[in-house]
Amino acid sequence: MGYDKAKQGEGGIVKYYFKTESLSVGYHNKPIIKDIEIGLEKGEILTLIGPNGAGKSTVLKSIAKQLALIAGTIYLDEQSVENMSGTELSQNMAVVLTERLRTEMMTCEDVVATGRYPYTGRFGILSESDRHVVKEAMELVHVTAIKEQDFTRISDGQRQRVMLARAICQEPEIIILDEPTSYLDVKYKLEFLSILQEMRKKKGLTVIMSLHELDLAERVSDKILCIDGKRVDRFGKPEDVFEQGYISKLFSIESGSFDEENGSMELEPAKGEVKVFVIASGGTGRNVYRRLQRQGVPFITGILPQNDLDYPVARVLATDVIVTEAFEPITEEQIRKARKRLAACDKIICCKETFGTLEQANMELLEFAKESGKEIEMNC
Amino acid sequence: MQHSRKIRYVIAFLLLGISVLVFVAMNVCIGTVKISLEDIMVSIGGQQINNSRILWDIRMPRTMAAMILGGALALAGYLLQTFFHNSIVGPFVLGISSGAKMVVALVMVFLMGQAIRVSSVTLIAAAFLGAMISMGFVLLMSRKVKNMSMLVVSGVMIGYICSAVTELVVTFANDAEIVNLHNWSRGSFSGMTWDNVLVMAVVIALTFVIVFFMAKPLDAYQLGESYAQNMGVNIRVLRVALVILSSILSACIVAFAGPISFVGVAVPHLVKSLLGSAKPILMIPACFLGGSVFCLFCDLLARTMFAPTELSISTVTAVFGAPVVLWVMIRRSREKVA
Repeated sequence: MGYDKAKQGEGGIVKYYFKTESLSVGYHNKPIIKDIEIGLEKGEILTLIGPNGAGKSTVLKSIAKQLALIAGTIYLDEQSVENMSGTELSQNMAVVLTERLRTEMMTCEDVVATGRYPYTGRFGILSESDRHVVKEAMELVHVTAIKEQDFTRISDGQRQRVMLARAICQEPEIIILDEPTSYLDVKYKLEFLSILQEMRKKKGLTVIMSLHELDLAERVSDKILCIDGKRVDRFGKPEDVFEQGYISKLFSIESGSFDEENGSMELEPAKGEVKVFVIASGGTGRNVYRRLQRQGVPFITGILPQNDLDYPVARVLATDVIVTEAFEPITEEQIRKARKRLAACDKIICCKETFGTLEQANMELLEFAKESGKEIEMNC
Repeated sequence: MQHSRKIRYVIAFLLLGISVLVFVAMNVCIGTVKISLEDIMVSIGGQQINNSRILWDIRMPRTMAAMILGGALALAGYLLQTFFHNSIVGPFVLGISSGAKMVVALVMVFLMGQAIRVSSVTLIAAAFLGAMISMGFVLLMSRKVKNMSMLVVSGVMIGYICSAVTELVVTFANDAEIVNLHNWSRGSFSGMTWDNVLVMAVVIALTFVIVFFMAKPLDAYQLGESYAQNMGVNIRVLRVALVILSSILSACIVAFAGPISFVGVAVPHLVKSLLGSAKPILMIPACFLGGSVFCLFCDLLARTMFAPTELSISTVTAVFGAPVVLWVMIRRSREKVA
């Protein structure tokens, strides 16, 4: 329906449902972030990422018309948001903010029902069809069971889901969420984002949100907007934004590292003279690497193919990794190097019992270690 | 659940409505001169009774005034509590009543000095001016101090300053009506005329209707400004409306009965607990009825407890209202801990 039409546009040119033009946002007429240019097709999910205090909330608040724009224009379906009446905007855009909702003697159902506000009459009395929408929204986010409970007496996670139900109730075309997953446990984080995806699929809902969970942002978003406190640093598809090393730069990560490819992070590697060699591959070494990091023991590991499961962790935690190219046999040169490094160590940790055809070199390394009388810890 | 809630609302409103009727009857009947209900009925029927003058010139207007102004007072408190998102404010606490009192005293003393008769409308206008001055001050303070307790403290301070000025004016005013002025400046429903009642009824009825039509945006506003804005509420217009309407209500009360303490703070809480809901569409009429009951009850005590000596109305409202405020504060701090 509308979703496909919007995507095609006229004359094959992409028609954006949500668009900003040289948007500047900030407080008291002082811009914090200038020249924001975003274009989203209907049903796309945009995630804002960036360090704390970079201005993500400021951007979101400005989009939601809670802050006056300093310059530029926001378009919703080719109509300037500034010219929209409050009710018109509220029928198109819902928000879930970090600010706590103030409630007094309101059940969760009452809170969800406030989402119908733009549709009710002068005295805000709910009609039968309003009640139906409320009921559906609560079922969608699984809060029907707590609908009679007082909103102030439920957990943060439940509260966040009730707020989502409230926003859904508003039947918006676009939803703005400020760090919606912050208080949720892993189950509900995934569930929350799944609901957003479902809403997008079913109703063509467009989503703009900020997330702290970079791994989730990478997976759920169609577009990512990176804000570094002064400007929009990058805007694009996650695969373009999550370039190796970019996140560390954006967040100025100094202790530890973020792996853009897998969306996982590691703490700072141990430093000092290397006395431990870890023989591993195929994902057997990761836990040992992390244990050594915790104990503050620097280590060398190898011989790993570049596409090995252990490699991403080894790369950031090991002082040195002896690595071979993916799907290529191990060369003599690498074996020599590995033996030399192993000979300089006092302790060898071997994470493998059996070795595949292509990693006979690792078995030989283990033999070599045994022959030279080193301390060997088998960790299989 | 929906059903049982509705039953509770109906019962609450019935209770409030019946209480108003009962207290109106009691206020009219009880006094140094007792008037029986039958006599009243007869008198309403148009026949002469013994204490007709007492009934129609003194008791009736006074009772009506207590009913109308009490309701207005509670409503003003409710609006202010909504405006500041603070449950322990009211027109008296924030110094708005005292501001209105000060300007009214100044105007009265000045006009009486010129031997000009002071009309009800002049009084309301003067009181409104004073209320707005205090309100402006409180709004300025609320920008400077984000802490809600500090807001209350600054309101109380404004109240003291205004009261001091009023005392000064009253003390040095040399007029025969000084006694009246003195009584009024302490808060009292005595000496009401039908003219007064008519004017206050019109002003307050109009204000009440406007407030009632604001129930929906108020509902959204209660959830917090950001969410209200997202729901399409024009926050600025609503805030201005709240300030003006609550000032009109406060002004009307002060113009006729002087400053009355604690009704505005206490009644909304009692009514909220009775209803089990904070929805404005229920709270607005319920607060009005609740305020009426509270003031009728307090005026009855003020008038009869140590008759023929009459207590100032604030003496009685404080005795019953202050504990409610304390209870609210304790409950709030307990909620914060939990």
